[in-house]
Amino acid sequence: MKNRAILLVAAFVALGVFSVRAQEPPEKESPPSTDHDKMDHGKMDHSKMDHGETDAGEPDDSEMDHESAPGTPSIAMDHDGGGKMQGGSPPPDARDPHANSGGYDFGEMAPLVLADRHSFKSLLVDRLESVTTDGGSWATYDLEAWFGRDYDRAVLKAEGDFDEGRLEAQTELLWGHAVAAYWDTQLGLRYDTGGGPDRTWLAFGIQGLAPYWFEVDATGYVGEGGRTAVNLEAEYELLLTQRLVLQPRIEVDWYGRSDAVRGVGSGLSEVTAGLRLRWEIRRELAPYLGVERARKFSETKELARAAGEDPSETRFVAGLRFWF
Amino acid sequence: MKHLSQPSLVLPGYSRRRFVQGLAVGGAVLGLSPWADAARAASGTDASGGGVPVLAGTEFDLTIAETPVNFTGRPRMATTVNGSIPAPILRWREGDTVTLRVHNRLRVPTSIHWHGILLPFRMDGVPGLSFKGIPAGKTFVYRFKVRQSGTYWYHSHSGFQEQTGLYGAIVIDPAEGDRIRADRDYVVQLSDWTDQDPMAVFAKLKKQSDYYNFNQLTARKFFRDVGDGGVGPAISRRRMWNRMRMSPTDLADISAHTFTFLMNGTAPDGNWTALFEAGERVRLRFVCSGAQSFFDVRIPGLEMTVVQVDGQDVEPVTVDEFRFGPGETYDVIVEPREDRAYTIFAQAMDRTGFARGTLAPRAGMTAEVPALDIPEWLTMKDMMGAMSSDGMAGMGGAAAMDHSSHGGGGHGGGGDAAMSAGALHVRHARTEYGPSVDMRVDTPRTNLDDPGAGLRNNGRRVLTYADLHTVGGPLDPRDAEREIELHLTGNMERYTWSLDGLEFGKSTPLHFRQGERLRVILHNDTMMTHPMHLHGLWSEQETADGEFLVRRHTISVQPAQRVSFLVNADALGRWAFHCHLIYHMDAGMFREVVVA
Repeated sequence: MKNRAILLVAAFVALGVFSVRAQEPPEKESPPSTDHDKMDHGKMDHSKMDHGETDAGEPDDSEMDHESAPGTPSIAMDHDGGGKMQGGSPPPDARDPHANSGGYDFGEMAPLVLADRHSFKSLLVDRLESVTTDGGSWATYDLEAWFGRDYDRAVLKAEGDFDEGRLEAQTELLWGHAVAAYWDTQLGLRYDTGGGPDRTWLAFGIQGLAPYWFEVDATGYVGEGGRTAVNLEAEYELLLTQRLVLQPRIEVDWYGRSDAVRGVGSGLSEVTAGLRLRWEIRRELAPYLGVERARKFSETKELARAAGEDPSETRFVAGLRFWF
Repeated sequence: MKHLSQPSLVLPGYSRRRFVQGLAVGGAVLGLSPWADAARAASGTDASGGGVPVLAGTEFDLTIAETPVNFTGRPRMATTVNGSIPAPILRWREGDTVTLRVHNRLRVPTSIHWHGILLPFRMDGVPGLSFKGIPAGKTFVYRFKVRQSGTYWYHSHSGFQEQTGLYGAIVIDPAEGDRIRADRDYVVQLSDWTDQDPMAVFAKLKKQSDYYNFNQLTARKFFRDVGDGGVGPAISRRRMWNRMRMSPTDLADISAHTFTFLMNGTAPDGNWTALFEAGERVRLRFVCSGAQSFFDVRIPGLEMTVVQVDGQDVEPVTVDEFRFGPGETYDVIVEPREDRAYTIFAQAMDRTGFARGTLAPRAGMTAEVPALDIPEWLTMKDMMGAMSSDGMAGMGGAAAMDHSSHGGGGHGGGGDAAMSAGALHVRHARTEYGPSVDMRVDTPRTNLDDPGAGLRNNGRRVLTYADLHTVGGPLDPRDAEREIELHLTGNMERYTWSLDGLEFGKSTPLHFRQGERLRVILHNDTMMTHPMHLHGLWSEQETADGEFLVRRHTISVQPAQRVSFLVNADALGRWAFHCHLIYHMDAGMFREVVVA
């Protein structure tokens, strides 16, 4: 049962990755070559440079997609997740964007480099909060940083709790690669420190923006000794006003194998659901207040009870969200 | 690899006339105290700018340096030419050969591009295409023969220097004297200024692309809509936008949250003023030099007769209001009959701010400044083009049946290629199906009589491209020998902008064969209006039926719109072709055209 579940998760993620990769253009868009030896001068025959037949605009009924014929109001009312306007794969008659280059490259002059070739960086501290429950209080941080270009970048995700001088942290170092307009896949490593023996995992996941503006982050992990885990997070930002934002958030943790010494049981481990209300003093700086309910399940719940802890708790949080 | 044949730079034996300097009004002050300009209103007898220096003749020395400015109460450093913002108005005469020595006193390379000017490509001023740029401390001498007349402008093509102040107007007098009569003649150059480092602005957009939009949909607005029209309509109005993860209020990337809008380098409170006497004909040469802003211009109480567009004569058309974007120029004639002040009002497309000046009989007068219009949502027409229900209603169903004549090659006189039997067959590039493109339009609108989002049915006569007819017809009677199609694309969430889904760094050049006449089709797969500018060659825009319409150097393509223009590839060289919104251009919405 567990093994099947692991296989399902891995298959889901792999399917997501590969099916979206199939939409990518067949060849890597590398900078045009200026290596003269690679250019076959024999092919640069002007008589073959008539691009008329590759041009758009010839209404070819045999290929016409009849769904887009006029008088079909269903297109405008297409409700299946954005329809043809987003996503999808190129049809067989899609244009070649390089069809009109005539074999020219950018010449000998040092080429113009625009910002699409520059790297940018960001640090977002999504949560820096003090957490208060019946049983005590601690501090939590949850941040994400990236460095790189538009479609490929290094990502650091870090979250942790500070409790009475002890830090229990989960840190991920990933390589993010854009696979669709709103989705990135990520591959890397996760390190669990504190709260027991350290654990290292291989991490692979998908992060992005789902229809209706749900921010989704789903990651699968494979650790030493056959450990597996899945973490799912979803957030939604509801603007009450231009500066007051209500953010519901849900997080689900699942483990393939129990790790009793870290207080983790196999199966569905913990679900946390929270609501935070933030005031954006500036876009980059927003204090917030919130409430969160965290519940442990199955074996994790038993382990918590055995340790004398409450498997369900209500947390009140107050913190700061900021980014550079 | 094809080698570009080096075009010979034909140097006329240029005259060694002495540099003639025509500083009309005192000098070089700039926004250090913007209120100083109000006292020194323009008198307008020679296209002066009221505080903006005018340089005339055939020899020019332009020094680019950093100059302190203050437009908002906070001192900042701007990039200026000869110490002024805008840069000096250059006055040329058609037929002359002009020599412009540009001295770079910055610590970084610079360049000047002459926008809309026909010239040898090595004088075009685009680093990496025309030349290597002007290194710090060095001087570059531009020299070319002036082959046209009208209103144009110039600006840096390096980094974000255009945003930090390096832009000015060019007025070229026709060889045989101006056909356009006017008693007064003013340049009205509109621009946007930010106190922030433009690179920081760009970085913010990369991290949160709606950073500057403070008109987003909120729960508060939702409940107000519910109150107005009920829950059902309120929900269905938002549903498609939400599903597609797009915002109907995404009108401009950068708002007045950081921008101050300037008229001839003067903030609205500075009240740039142009003088007239009642009964006179006044020519206003409007130049849009916003780095990232579209302006909707009107003069309450005065109608404007548009006489030139992008420097070229058009059949006069009288309107109350026009919209233009970065790069475009419109010359209008107004005839104020009353002895009172009129406000020249230019509101930003997103309605967050405005540039403002006054036309008055005497300095120091003001007229009422209109309130900003309430920003409207983008409509289904802007997202989906011709297939939306309101699109069909608005154009009487003609939109859905509006067939571009792009089937086949030329349009022989009266051929029925104009009306094809089915819907326009849109072919996207295969690179538009990846992470760089957030939406594609399969049913674009091709009509040119839409004034644009925010100007529809506002009770004023608003100019549309369909109203513009260049006098004299196309430069060349030939039909197009072939077609090139380019889709304007982008991903708003990632803040990437591209053509055919490829940013400049991933693109290959576009080859135009020397001497050919070809059609370029621009298809906007985004929900923003993009002012597309082709250097060095005229773009002869045509209607959806393939009839010549207007000659332009900068064509604004509305959301979900598909337009086309013809080009005579008669100028050898490498030419830039890009969206003139500077943050889009820098994000990669740029191509190199090779004419060889």
